[in-house]
Amino acid sequence: MAYGEKILDHYNQPRNVGSLNRDDPRVGTGVVGAPECGDVMKLQIQVDDDERIVDAKFKTFGCGSAIASSSLATEWIKGKTLDEALTIKNTDIVRELALPPVKIHCSVLAEDAIRAAIADLKTKRSGQQEDAALDAQPTGTK
Amino acid sequence: MKSPIYLDNNATTPLDPRVLEEMLPYLRGKFGNAASRSHKFGWEAEEAVEKARHQVAGLIGAGAKEIIWTSGATESNNIAVKGIAQMYREKGRHIVTQATEHKAILDPCKYLEREGFEVTVLPVGRNGRIDLEQLRASLRPDTILVSLMFGNNEIGTLQPIKEIGALCKDKGIIFHTDATQAFGKVPIDVEAMGIDLLSASAHKIYGPKGAGCLYVRRRNPRVRCEAVLHGGGHERGMRSGTLNVPGIVGLGAAAALAQQEMPSESQRLSGLRDRLWEGLRSQLVDVYRNGDPEHTLPATLNVSFAYVEGESLMMGFEHIAVSSGSACTSASLEPSYVLRALGVGDDLAHSSIRFSLGRFNTAAEIEEAIVQVVGTVKRLREMSPLAEMAAEGIDLSKVAWAQH
Repeated sequence: MAYGEKILDHYNQPRNVGSLNRDDPRVGTGVVGAPECGDVMKLQIQVDDDERIVDAKFKTFGCGSAIASSSLATEWIKGKTLDEALTIKNTDIVRELALPPVKIHCSVLAEDAIRAAIADLKTKRSGQQEDAALDAQPTGTK
Repeated sequence: MKSPIYLDNNATTPLDPRVLEEMLPYLRGKFGNAASRSHKFGWEAEEAVEKARHQVAGLIGAGAKEIIWTSGATESNNIAVKGIAQMYREKGRHIVTQATEHKAILDPCKYLEREGFEVTVLPVGRNGRIDLEQLRASLRPDTILVSLMFGNNEIGTLQPIKEIGALCKDKGIIFHTDATQAFGKVPIDVEAMGIDLLSASAHKIYGPKGAGCLYVRRRNPRVRCEAVLHGGGHERGMRSGTLNVPGIVGLGAAAALAQQEMPSESQRLSGLRDRLWEGLRSQLVDVYRNGDPEHTLPATLNVSFAYVEGESLMMGFEHIAVSSGSACTSASLEPSYVLRALGVGDDLAHSSIRFSLGRFNTAAEIEEAIVQVVGTVKRLREMSPLAEMAAEGIDLSKVAWAQH
């Protein structure tokens, strides 16, 4: 099976490979997949105060299509708000990269990774708000 | 683009130009049917086929009359397994094989199970070898056939054929070996090794595709096989059909060359294989050799490169043609069942690459392959979340992965 041009392009020049500081409150991290299944994607987003994604990074263990799907996902979500990023569907990735049917699961994994990163960020933020609320309580009441 | 370096010789081999030369007359003027007894065309075809029979028999210490022509090792394996089962079904219905056999053995065995036979599939150790005591214990009074491969196509592991042959002889059980990968690569002597049936193929030894053979012992004991293909009673009634004369001539010529060159070639190839492994092992951490480093085919090297997936590796080796045990390269989306049988984890099975060297590989090609593989593994590990986690000291086997 020969690879599509766009898959090869992302495989040879992957966009946004790397890691963001997982402990940064503005960073959300999603890790999906399993080594036994042959693919693991880690996708991270960093947002500004308006919840707009200002940076995105990925690392992927998987076939060329999995690498291309995650690379494309980071490219697409940069500059989007969280809500906008959530509208990206795996079928969009399939279409853009012209993934063959056996590789559709790679695009599903990329969509899952986006969702997992956003969910992680939201959990972190709500936790933070609780922390802030606790901090705001008068110390005397303890 | 220049042609990639071909390191997938266990899949198939290029036709040796010397073999092609031998074949050409039989693709041109000497087109006769070897079964035509009434004219020159038939006689010269028959003569060529009988010469090839001697060449093939000579390579394995057999008599020429014990060689049956087939279309390839898959057919040979089918005749051996199903043909023996049908012929001896009144004697017993039990067959013994192993987990790492080629599908051309495992699938006929499954078929026989549906037909009421019982099949014992022996497990293998971490090195891919069977345990002789386990084999002995699996044999029963109703066991009619033991089918165990000579050398494994994915990992190169050689089975203790001589010991298996002796054990089967002792118990009076027919012993078949699928020698597709070993034929012409390592010394085989059907007498000394107690082999009753042996499958082989031309295209793995620089011969043409579509030609193979089955050795069927004629004495001590005389082994008989029910035919799978009927229609004319060619090949002692075991395989009907007009003979593929050019293919058979090619198989014979390829066997003769293999016999002639085996002493020097096996040494040269195992040297190149060792250099390849050394080049990879010395420049990369967390690489694992699958199989048995001692009891192995001379030119097969199976390596797992932890933290990177096989298909993405092969995409990176632009100028090397290899194969992988990764799921992504198979239709089933399951990683290699051979590596699984060895107890290699699915993660490392997905990360495996098989390098199989051959007659036309040079030392310079191996050096270039080392450079490309090392470079690609390093580049992909840079973008691997598993490599990053391992570097952080996380035990990957203890992570609660989201299975999908």
